[in-house]
Amino acid sequence: MRETKKTNWVLTIVLILGTVTVFFPLYMAIIIAFKQPSEMTNDVAGALAFPAKWSLDNFRQAMEVTDFWHSLGNSLLITLTTIVLAVLIHSIAGYVISRGMTRIKGFRFIYLYIVSGMFVPFSILMMPLVKQTAQMGLGNRAGVILLYLVFYMPMNVLLYTGYMKNIPMALEEAADIDGASTWKTFWKIVFPMMMPMHATVAILTALGTWNDVMTPLVIMSGTGQNTLPLAQLNFQTQFGTNYNLAFASYILALIPILVFYIICQKQILNGVANGAVKG
Amino acid sequence: MKKKMSNRDKTFWAVIIPVLILFFTFNTLPMIKGIVYSFTNYRGYGTYDYVGFRNYLDLFTDARVGKSYLFTFKYALAGTVLVNVLSLIMALGLNSSIRFKSALRGIYFVPNILGGLVIGYIFSFIFTYILPAVGNAFNIGFLQNSILASEKYAWIGVLIVGVWQAVAMNTIIYISGLQTVPQEVYEASMLDGASKWKEFWKVTFPLVMPFVTINLVLSTKNFLMVFDQIMSLTKGGPAQSTESISYLIYKNGMDGGQFGFQSANAVIFFIVIVAISVFQMTVMNKKEEQL
Repeated sequence: MRETKKTNWVLTIVLILGTVTVFFPLYMAIIIAFKQPSEMTNDVAGALAFPAKWSLDNFRQAMEVTDFWHSLGNSLLITLTTIVLAVLIHSIAGYVISRGMTRIKGFRFIYLYIVSGMFVPFSILMMPLVKQTAQMGLGNRAGVILLYLVFYMPMNVLLYTGYMKNIPMALEEAADIDGASTWKTFWKIVFPMMMPMHATVAILTALGTWNDVMTPLVIMSGTGQNTLPLAQLNFQTQFGTNYNLAFASYILALIPILVFYIICQKQILNGVANGAVKG
Repeated sequence: MKKKMSNRDKTFWAVIIPVLILFFTFNTLPMIKGIVYSFTNYRGYGTYDYVGFRNYLDLFTDARVGKSYLFTFKYALAGTVLVNVLSLIMALGLNSSIRFKSALRGIYFVPNILGGLVIGYIFSFIFTYILPAVGNAFNIGFLQNSILASEKYAWIGVLIVGVWQAVAMNTIIYISGLQTVPQEVYEASMLDGASKWKEFWKVTFPLVMPFVTINLVLSTKNFLMVFDQIMSLTKGGPAQSTESISYLIYKNGMDGGQFGFQSANAVIFFIVIVAISVFQMTVMNKKEEQL
């Protein structure tokens, strides 16, 4: 037992050295973002040596060119609204499906119907959805949020339904005897007990929606609105060959999610592991 | 009591019906529409006629579609194998008795939280400027030009970025798999004098088999649907050598005037994904049972 506990220093060092694969692209991006185009020589040092001076000019300019605050606002609005609605709607759907399956005919089928949606690739929905959302007046941010609620429903319902097995029926039965309505029982007793799964659902949904390019690209293309990743795509031509400006913009686009990750790293890692194992 | 029960059932239906309507409207309905469009010559605008199975027949003779399937399968196969081998090794390392364990786990997960599009742009610079500079400095022939400009090697560039991001995710899943293996099992195998190599194949691997299944299915599906990296790295080029199925459907279906034809492509793609997932799960379930 003691032997297995001894620190394996060789492996520790190998793994520390290996983090270069993670840090190198980020380091390079940061360095280039601080440089001036004139400092970009055609050798490796041109991209990797420290800039002559650490100026925030590129970032200021990138913010202007890409309308940064506006895109950031859109990304935050879409992601946060999606998370809140997903937790509320998918949890109650998961609850109803899980408890309904044992007592009502048809709920088992409903469960399979929704969960099987996981295998439907966006490609097959994309073109009809563009037409459909446009006709319904949903070719905008609200439409994107609505679509995310539908796209993440299979996974989230699966997670919540699975989690319901951990919540004893006895509690609900007791509330039932006390005369509480089903609605009240859910919000007062079941919903708070689903807390660990709320965290998992919120994190998985957030990572997916924040970085998604395809849905806003095809759905919001007519609105002139951008999300943070979409802005990078749409302003590619304006960056031209000014890599310094482009990289400043990329760094700006990466900062929010990195900050979020640094703050909630533990919850995120647990959430991801939890989701995959339960799913 | 009886009345109470039926009230409860009513609430259940009242909740599930709007959810079902929402799901049907934005998932099942567009899918049905997609299938209907796949039997037409719709260009995305104007009028159209029903053409029966012609789109489907044309799919099998269309060189560009064939090429995109070849690329996507090659990419998904190489990606899935690489990712699973690498992340299993990473997970073993990060789960052993090392220092700074949680910090290292945290760092190695970073690629997964970053968006594929921006990461693609950053790597595109590495492939276009850094690697050729290295190639010139050390006289490595095939690196001297950007690999993204080479019809032969561009897919490897896309693969590197895809793997870089996916390893992070799969490693976390394998770590949680390794943590389900009780410590006593290792102690027992140590007492038996099993070598580390043997211990891994005879003890650890069979016990984490369910996680191998999850990871295989997940990574295959994600690699098959590759889009963001293509968009930022190659836009399908050079000479359509890295055009993935998703990218082709997007590009030609949305603005190439092939709405109907690419709908047929999407239907086939959907069937392919389901078939592969089901196949993987059945095979792996059998394997799990045997062990």
